[in-house]
Amino acid sequence: MSASIKTLVKDGVWDNNVVFTQMIGLCPAAAVTTSGTNGLGMGLATTAVLVIANVLVALVRNIISPQVRIPVFVVLIASLVTVVDMLLNAWLHELYKVLGLFIALIVVNCAILGRVEAFASKNGVWPAFVDGLAMGFGFTVALTLIGLIREFLGSGTLFAQASQLLGASFAFLEIRAHENGGALLMILPPGAFAVLGFLLAGKRLLDTRKNAA
Amino acid sequence: MAFAELKAHPLYQPLLLGLMTLLASATLAWASSATRGAIAEAEARDLRDSLTQVLPEDFVDNDLLADSADIDIGNGKPLRAYRARSGGTVKGVVFTVIGKGYGGEIAVLMAVDENGRILGARVLKHTETPGLGDKIEIAKSDWINGFTGKTLSAANWAVKKDGGDFDQFAGATITPRAVVSAVKNGLEIFARHRATLLGADKEHDG
Repeated sequence: MSASIKTLVKDGVWDNNVVFTQMIGLCPAAAVTTSGTNGLGMGLATTAVLVIANVLVALVRNIISPQVRIPVFVVLIASLVTVVDMLLNAWLHELYKVLGLFIALIVVNCAILGRVEAFASKNGVWPAFVDGLAMGFGFTVALTLIGLIREFLGSGTLFAQASQLLGASFAFLEIRAHENGGALLMILPPGAFAVLGFLLAGKRLLDTRKNAA
Repeated sequence: MAFAELKAHPLYQPLLLGLMTLLASATLAWASSATRGAIAEAEARDLRDSLTQVLPEDFVDNDLLADSADIDIGNGKPLRAYRARSGGTVKGVVFTVIGKGYGGEIAVLMAVDENGRILGARVLKHTETPGLGDKIEIAKSDWINGFTGKTLSAANWAVKKDGGDFDQFAGATITPRAVVSAVKNGLEIFARHRATLLGADKEHDG
């Protein structure tokens, strides 16, 4: 199996996007995307864990016997996330105060186990690294998009509090789009399902048109 | 013995799983001990920051973190009180009260001076609805500053909807109501346990 980098990236971002095509990891995709900044933060944290988990599993894939692979992966991922959580809390405490909420949630993100099981356990370290990065990027784009749409419709801002996550130099991202206050429903859980539904429909439509052409 | 043969042995799987778990536990133990000090330090810094925020500038000259006492307020859970001193005398006390909000517990840190007047309050932790109940955070709105200067007797401790002095938010009454009653409860605790909270019942216990 020797997928080229280009295929891997295209797969992760569009053809096999974690949220829009595989439809896994929907819990964080719906729960934390109340703003573009939150979506971006969750996406970045997940990407980091996904890349490390993919590489770790690709490294040990030859000694893992198929019968116990799932418990081994679960132990690996859960320990990895816990270690990342502690290291961040200790040494990047300011970032942790913003991202901390998301990190614990990554443990239960089945997108990680899904990628580890479907890809990293069958491929070398380098492809696994690229796959983790590409899938993570696709996940980040999806979450940021959902977050931005909900934020725009629900509170009339874009990337509110981005400077808290990315540093003061990113304050230019914070936009007050309109002053209407917005529809609160979009910030509440139903808004997540509505936005996700429309985005899924949109992607299907694009894909169908592309295939028909 | 070839590796494939070894892998097929019935003992291989439990041993592999055991080894992996052992490695994972060892890594966790290492990470935990390597970060414990730094995490405790960072949390102490956070706490010190919040303690400074609820007190007026130049109000105290002691290290509040080093001057705390756990006080029994009769509900089985001791209340940790930080004493604010100036020139050795206790000027006020800082403690945390918990309110029951819409989405769960709301932790409010409040500072009360020796006469039972609120010096300041901050929400430390909450799980209220973003964009609706989160106006209790100082980062979102200065609503919480409305408590400053209030006393138990000289204020009507309820939100305006219930005939009180404090604003509710459009679409969110439960959250501000919870914070108001938590702070009121804090003042009542202060009134009941004033002497112990201020440490007046014994000289310099720290």
